Amino acid sequence: MSRRIVVLTAGLSRPSSTRLLADQIAEAVTAQVTARGEGLEVEVIELRELAHDLATTMTTGGMPTPAVTAARDLVSSADGLIAVTPVFTASFSGLFKMFIDVLDTDALNGMPVLIAATAGTARHQLVLDHALRPLFSYLRAVVVPTGVFAATEDFGGGGSAELGRRVARAASELAALVVAETGAVGGFVQDLEPARRRSSGTTLEEDVTDFEDLLSGLGQ
Amino acid sequence: MQFGVFSVGDVTTDPTTGRTPSEGERIEAMTRIALKAEEVGLDVFATGEHHNPPFVPSAPTTHLAYIAAQTERLILSTSTTLITTTDPVRIAEDYAFLQHLAKGRTDLMMGRGNTGPVYPWFGKDIRQGIPLAIENYHLLRRLWREDVVDWEGKFRTPLRGFTSTPRPLDDTPPFVWHGSIRSTEIAEQAAYYGDGFFHNNIFWNIEHTAQMVKLYRRRFEHYHHGSADQAIVGLGGQVFMAGTEAEAKRVFRPYFDNAPVYGHGPSLEEFTRATPLTVGTPEMVIERTLGFADAVGDYQRQLFLMDHAGLPVETVLEQIEILGTEVVPVLRKEFEARRPAHVPSDPPTHASLVAAGPEGKHHLVAPARQATAAASGITTGTTTDTTNVTTRS
Repeated sequence: MSRRIVVLTAGLSRPSSTRLLADQIAEAVTAQVTARGEGLEVEVIELRELAHDLATTMTTGGMPTPAVTAARDLVSSADGLIAVTPVFTASFSGLFKMFIDVLDTDALNGMPVLIAATAGTARHQLVLDHALRPLFSYLRAVVVPTGVFAATEDFGGGGSAELGRRVARAASELAALVVAETGAVGGFVQDLEPARRRSSGTTLEEDVTDFEDLLSGLGQ
Repeated sequence: MQFGVFSVGDVTTDPTTGRTPSEGERIEAMTRIALKAEEVGLDVFATGEHHNPPFVPSAPTTHLAYIAAQTERLILSTSTTLITTTDPVRIAEDYAFLQHLAKGRTDLMMGRGNTGPVYPWFGKDIRQGIPLAIENYHLLRRLWREDVVDWEGKFRTPLRGFTSTPRPLDDTPPFVWHGSIRSTEIAEQAAYYGDGFFHNNIFWNIEHTAQMVKLYRRRFEHYHHGSADQAIVGLGGQVFMAGTEAEAKRVFRPYFDNAPVYGHGPSLEEFTRATPLTVGTPEMVIERTLGFADAVGDYQRQLFLMDHAGLPVETVLEQIEILGTEVVPVLRKEFEARRPAHVPSDPPTHASLVAAGPEGKHHLVAPARQATAAASGITTGTTTDTTNVTTRS
């Protein structure tokens, strides 16, 4: 069974070092997944191209534009996510957060996520663990232990080999989750509370709770 | 089919003059709008309910009674009544009283409000929004349908031997709509009771509105109120008209660009494409509005939002004049031409509910319970008509 992952990249310039890092990670994940005998399809969402649509969504009380709806569907239906943002003023970029803000609260439930960030200086590297990791934890995503941070200096010189090793380690962690079968052997594990289903929230749920159940839940 | 206007009641600065009406002027403007609606042959005026600036309509029944005294035919409604934060006993009393004053020319629409803090202001928890809407409305139905109520619930102090006064006019509670943009539980609630479902149809694309209506229709049929296409549907809409499209856009654009909710966001053209907003000639409004029935099926009530974004009252009155004289007469004809015979044209009115008699299902607190029991052949007590069950099976 072929897997599909989505790359979110929030770089603004072209070419951007954020996209460069995103591509390196995607390539490494592809290698790791195929090494496990599975196919992998990679789709890239350049958030820059959604900037206007995100602003429109924000200024119409949350009504998503068709492009935003398509991106939300793409993300929630993926088997894994690579999220890469430049560091702006000590955190993820505003554009990156705008996209996260239009996602449904159930959009990333149980989603394997690899977090990565770029910056001009290595002084920002804790942004991964102070900003990105809690953000995705809040959305009930499964963030792999290794985050990838690349300062400008890491793209060449002595640090670049280390960056490559870090990319490979994170990619291996993500690939394992993307390939792993979900769920336990039927009948052997009893879920105390079933995991919440992932949903992009772009269409209405067809299943509704019967109104008698809603009433009786209130003792009426 | 009923046509009318609904007002949010916001006090908004006119962006072209910088002038902000006083609260008194805005209230007076809303009254004039309602009177104009009757004058030009529209059927319904509905007022919002809000408890924070910049909105004025905090006391809808006071206002609707004042309008009722100056009108003959107009149906007075709400858009919406806060079922979550208002004591259902007060809603039962206020709207029954209004029914008597207006001689039955009333119905109302339940909603949950547009601002979070309204919950704590009235001592409620916003996380309980849907349960509050469900429990409060069920109690409201009992207060209007049972002369003496013993009641205990999760949110309100219990009632023992309580009678809400006055009793509904002709012992017939007003027809109720439920308005919701995104909450499927509210569409389900409307379907369960066989009440009307209203979608404001202003801030979202028609495809989304159609999904909500479809859900309501499917569940309406599920609860044995009739076939899905007989469910009672109302839609909002938003228009601005002039002799030419260019002129309509020229006049409306500064209001659009600075409007609450979507101002300083998408362009007029983008928003017109994405939502049912129509800015153009009366013919364009007719065509677009008729298209709503293609999306949601033949429906029973169409309300237009005309007085927002700081439009001066004189402009709004002109717009309602165009609506009543050039648009609605054509819509009435065209909507009826396409409507199958078995689909009701009008939503229930006081007259039609009275005519249906005291045995009509409108008088049941939860008509779906009896209908479901009858359909499945379960005996629910001595009142179950076994002949009826036999014929059904």
